[in-house]
Formats: sequence, C-alpha cells, structure tokens
Amino acid sequence: MMAEAERIIRVLVAKPGLDGHDRGAKVIARALRDAGMEVVYTGIRQTPRMIVETALQEDVDVIGLSILSGAHMELFPEIILGLRENGMEDVLLVAGGIIPLEDHPELQEMGMRGIFGPGASTQDIVSFIRESVGARPVG
Amino acid sequence: MASSDKEQWRRRTLDPALKARAQRRDEFVTDSGLEVDTAYADDDLSDGGFDHKQDLGNPGEYPFTRGVQPTMYRGRLWTMRQYSGYATAEESNRRYRYLLEQGQTGLSVAFDLPTQIGYDSDHPLARGEVGKVGVPICHLEDMETLLEGIPLDKVSTSMTINATASVLLCLYAAVAKKRGVPLSKISGTLQNDILKEYIARGTYIYPPKPSMRLVVDVFKYCSAHIPRWNTISVSGYHMREAGATAVQELAFTFANAIEYVQSAVDAGLDVDEFAGRVSFFFVSHNNIFEEAAKFRAARRMWAKIMKERFRAQNPRSMRLRFHTQTAGVTLTAQQPDNNVVRTTLQALAAVLGGTQSLHVNSRDEALSLPSEESVQISLRTQQILAHETGIADVVDPLGGSYYVEDLTRRLEEGAWEYIRRIDDMGGAVDSLEQGFQMGEIHQAAFQHQMEVESGRRTIVGVNKYKSEDAPTGGLLKVDEEAARQQTARLERVRGERDGAAASAALARLEEVARSDENTVEAILECVENYCTLGEICDVFRGVFGEQRELAGL
Repeated sequence: MMAEAERIIRVLVAKPGLDGHDRGAKVIARALRDAGMEVVYTGIRQTPRMIVETALQEDVDVIGLSILSGAHMELFPEIILGLRENGMEDVLLVAGGIIPLEDHPELQEMGMRGIFGPGASTQDIVSFIRESVGARPVG
Repeated sequence: MASSDKEQWRRRTLDPALKARAQRRDEFVTDSGLEVDTAYADDDLSDGGFDHKQDLGNPGEYPFTRGVQPTMYRGRLWTMRQYSGYATAEESNRRYRYLLEQGQTGLSVAFDLPTQIGYDSDHPLARGEVGKVGVPICHLEDMETLLEGIPLDKVSTSMTINATASVLLCLYAAVAKKRGVPLSKISGTLQNDILKEYIARGTYIYPPKPSMRLVVDVFKYCSAHIPRWNTISVSGYHMREAGATAVQELAFTFANAIEYVQSAVDAGLDVDEFAGRVSFFFVSHNNIFEEAAKFRAARRMWAKIMKERFRAQNPRSMRLRFHTQTAGVTLTAQQPDNNVVRTTLQALAAVLGGTQSLHVNSRDEALSLPSEESVQISLRTQQILAHETGIADVVDPLGGSYYVEDLTRRLEEGAWEYIRRIDDMGGAVDSLEQGFQMGEIHQAAFQHQMEVESGRRTIVGVNKYKSEDAPTGGLLKVDEEAARQQTARLERVRGERDGAAASAALARLEEVARSDENTVEAILECVENYCTLGEICDVFRGVFGEQRELAGL
C-alpha cells in the first residue's frame, strides 16, 4: 500500500445531467480526499463536454460520475466517446447513483469499470480506485 | 433542592443494575444526535420548564402543538397523496386516474427535470432527461392532456415545482379557464420554495432576489384570484434528504419561511392576507419518537413565529399545515421488500405527528421509479394505517408522554439556536449565499456515512444481516419513445399557434419583468397563447440572469 501512496491519485467527481442530488457525490469526494487523493468536484448540471474538458485540464486518473435522474444511458456514452476522442481512454471510469442492474453490462462493455449503487461504502470505493489505478501503467 | 424522585430511582435501582450489567451501548442518541436518557419522568418536564398551557395547549388552539384541528382525523383523514408523473402527459394521466380509482384522495404531480429548470423537451440540455423523474410539460396542450378527465373543482393538485412554479400554476389555471371551472374553485399546492433549491435540491434558475420576487408575485396573485391555492410549501424534506438532522430540518425550513413572509410583508402584503395559504413539507424518517416530536415542535414554532415575529392576528395564519413524505434516503437497494416495513413505520410517525397529507415511498425506489404494484402497496399502507390500527381515532396520542414532550422541547430549542445564527447572518438568503446551510448539511451527511461504515449505525441488509439478493424484477423503465412523442408534439404546437400573438405575449412579459408589476398575469397571457415553458423562462433568464452553483465543496 505504501508504494502506491507515493503517487497521488487525481480524481474528478462529476455530476452529469440536470439532477441536483449531490449528497453522494460530495460525501465521496470528501472520503477520497480524506484517503489522500486529489479531488476536483465539478458541482451539479455538467454536460458531457464540460466533464471531458475538466478531466483534460485537470489531468485526472479517475472520473467518478454520480447520477440519479435516469439519464445515464444517454450521457455516459457521450462522456466515454469524448474521452476517447481526446486520447483519455486510460482514465479509470466509475459511476454511482441510481443505475439499474440491467444497464450494468452495457455500461461495462463501454468501459465503465466500477458501478457503485446505494449502500456502497466509501472504503470499498477507495480500495477499488487504489487497486485499479495501481494496476494501470503510469504515464 | 431535595433530590428528585428520578434521582433517587437512579441511585437506588438504576446504578446498581448498570454495575451488574452494562447496557448495549455507552450512550444512546436520536438520529439528530440528541442524547436519550434511560427513562423519562415528570422531573424531566419540570426541569425543562414545561408549562402545560403554554407549551401544549389544546387541540385546535394556540400554539397548536397538539394539532391544528380540534378533531383531527376523527373529522377527516389525512389526504393520501402519492407523488407521481413520468414519461408523457398521457401516461401520467393514466397513472393519476388509476390512483384516484384506487382511493387516493389528491393528486401530486412530479415534473421532469427540464420542466423544473425551464427547458423545453427539445433543448440540448434536456437530452436523456425527458420524462425520467416526472412528466414533461411544455405548453397548454401538455397540461390539458395531463388533466384530462380529472375534475378540477373536486380534486386538489399538488405540484412539485419551484423555479418555474408560476408558469405551471398559470398552465393549470388556463386549463381550468378553458373548461369553465372558476379559478375560485380550484385548489392545490405549489411547492414554490426556491430557497431550499439553492441549499439542497438544485433546480434553481435565476439568482435569489428575482426568484423571491416571483414567489411573492404568486402570493399576491393567488390571494386575489385563486384563494384556495396553497401558494407555497416550505420544504424541509429535501434538506433532510441531503443529510440534515431533524433539528436542521426544522431550523432551515423556518428560516426560509421567515424570509418568504418577510419578503411578502416588505412587498406590501398584509400578513393575514396570505399566511393562511403558506403550507409546509417535512420528511418522516426512521426514529419514530423524534419524528413525531419534530412535527409537534414544528407546529409550536410556526405559531410563535407568526404571532410573535410577524404579529399575525388571524389564528389561521398561525396554524402549520404540512405534507409528509417518508424518507427516500432510508430505502435500501439491498433486500428491497424490507422497505415496506421502513415506510410503514415512517408513515406511522407522520400520522402520530398530525400530518395533513402523506406520500409513502415505494419499496423499489432505491433502484428505479416505482412500479405500479409497488405504488399500490404504498397506498394500501396508508389505508391500513387509517382504517385498521386505531391511530386515527384520537388526537395527538403521544401528547403528555414524558419522553416525547422532552424531545419536542429539545428539538425546538436546537432549531431556535440555528435560527438565531441565521438571523445574525442577515437571514436565510444571506446565509445560504455564504454556503452556511450547505456546509452544515454536508457535515451531517458525511458524519452519517462514517457512522454507517464504522458500524455505529446499523442498517439492516446493508451493513448487518446481509443476504444475497435475487435481482428485483418488474422495475419501471421509461422508454425513449416517450421523449420522441413529446418533442414531436412540441414541434406541432409551435407550428400551429398564432405566432404573432405568442411573440406579443412574450414581449409584454419582458416589459413586465423589467418593471415591478406582477408577473403572473403576463405569464397567464403567454401560456394561453401557447408560448412554451422554455420561451417564458428564456425571457426571465434574459432579464434576471442565471444563478451559478453557490457552494462547491
């Protein structure tokens, strides 16, 4: 664990779409920060383009998307496409909120690596990010 | 002072028992962190300065702690009002008629996010959101479809709408006018509580000041033309869902309410002219006694605020009437059928607390929008509570309980303390502009999460008593066809209307927005000329500007 901690993981926590339910996003942003990561939180009502641009500017290792409105199947693919167009397919993508199980396979196929629903613990999310980023080649 | 009876009991009986055997925990606290003693007695009330007449009073009398009516549910049961709306106006209308057939007694309309934020269904930002969390309403024809076959002079309709509240009110009024139903006969509630949107819910459009003007315009218009409409439902619900404690829920709700009443008074309204139409919306959470006490404290606080702070004369102005919804955040995605039990207990607390209307959440809402079957269980939960349990047969059945009276007092004291702090910051608007309420709520939310993760708080099926779930079937899914139909109709309506009349109405609206005239008449003229919600809000965006998010992290 110490070896991984030498490199600070940069995370973008973003809220795509129009829903204002930001309790989960803010709690997770803080938990990741407390776990030693550098966290940029976008705030609510972000378009896919805004999220991709922020991810580029901030040069993040991880993007966490939080959405509860049900628009994820429209908005996530746009974000993933935007990342690809900018050569950011290495970025670890995770999502949370209300994302029905039946949508998980399609999202995973698109490159969503972790999907954390209601009841997920922040410690599990921290561990998942550490392990997944640690396993990736570092640029 | 001679040691009290409770003190003697503590020494004589309790302490030896504790030495022999420790309790389950070192300390017991409510969800809001109020410490809970082993048992409560007369002494706790006298130590807290409890005065029967002043603090409790009688049902239907000031300070209304025991209820706003002398007979409460013996006269009339609470209104069973399940919040719903999704896909399209047609689909939602079918759901409303179904609910009314099943014995629901009022409507509660959920709008989709574009409608709530003032975008038409074909706006680029509406992509993926149309019909998802509620029904899309863009123009008069949508509203007519939504209300098809529903008797507007008999059914009261609650609309969860804030930044665009006056537009939706005008659409509703325009349908009534078209059908020949006098505006004096229609009844319902607008949420119209923009301040909590900045704090917790997020569907604001304009900055606080012009938004407050739109709120007060509705107060003025309705007091003259739609007297049976509740012009605002000041909401603690969403702040609590965002993480607030019960104390914060009370405090931030009343701080906002004070701001609205003050703004209306400053705009020249007489307090007794509109205050009777101010209503409230609270959550009912898991901790039964704390929640029941919260509702009782809320009534007492509002009565005092209106009488002492605003010098209201009419007792109607002092009566706190409220809607309750069970707590969405307590629903678990794991073992979802357990949620039926949770919502039943929460609904019980709401009724013990004297709510005027109630929505019971459905068991599958941590997973998706509720299925029809789940919604039926929610409605049946209300009906079982009303007809099979006897809890509706006595007014304020918890009144006089040492514990509940003590909790009621402590919740109230905690809330007053916050209200004083907010007053010192210049009121609710000034303090939210500094991010005060958001910071307090976030802190409480984070602490709650840490307590769950450390196991200090047990959530059955989540951090204890876990079991492998079979995936839940029968979830509701809104298909994309609904959005396509919606935008097709929008295009047709724009093509068919009298374009010159619509433009003239929008130009007139801009003129009014720039003046200090009441905006409601001008909005009504717009919607009657088939201007769309998006067009109307664009006019306001041009005049008032748009609000950016006030508090990040």
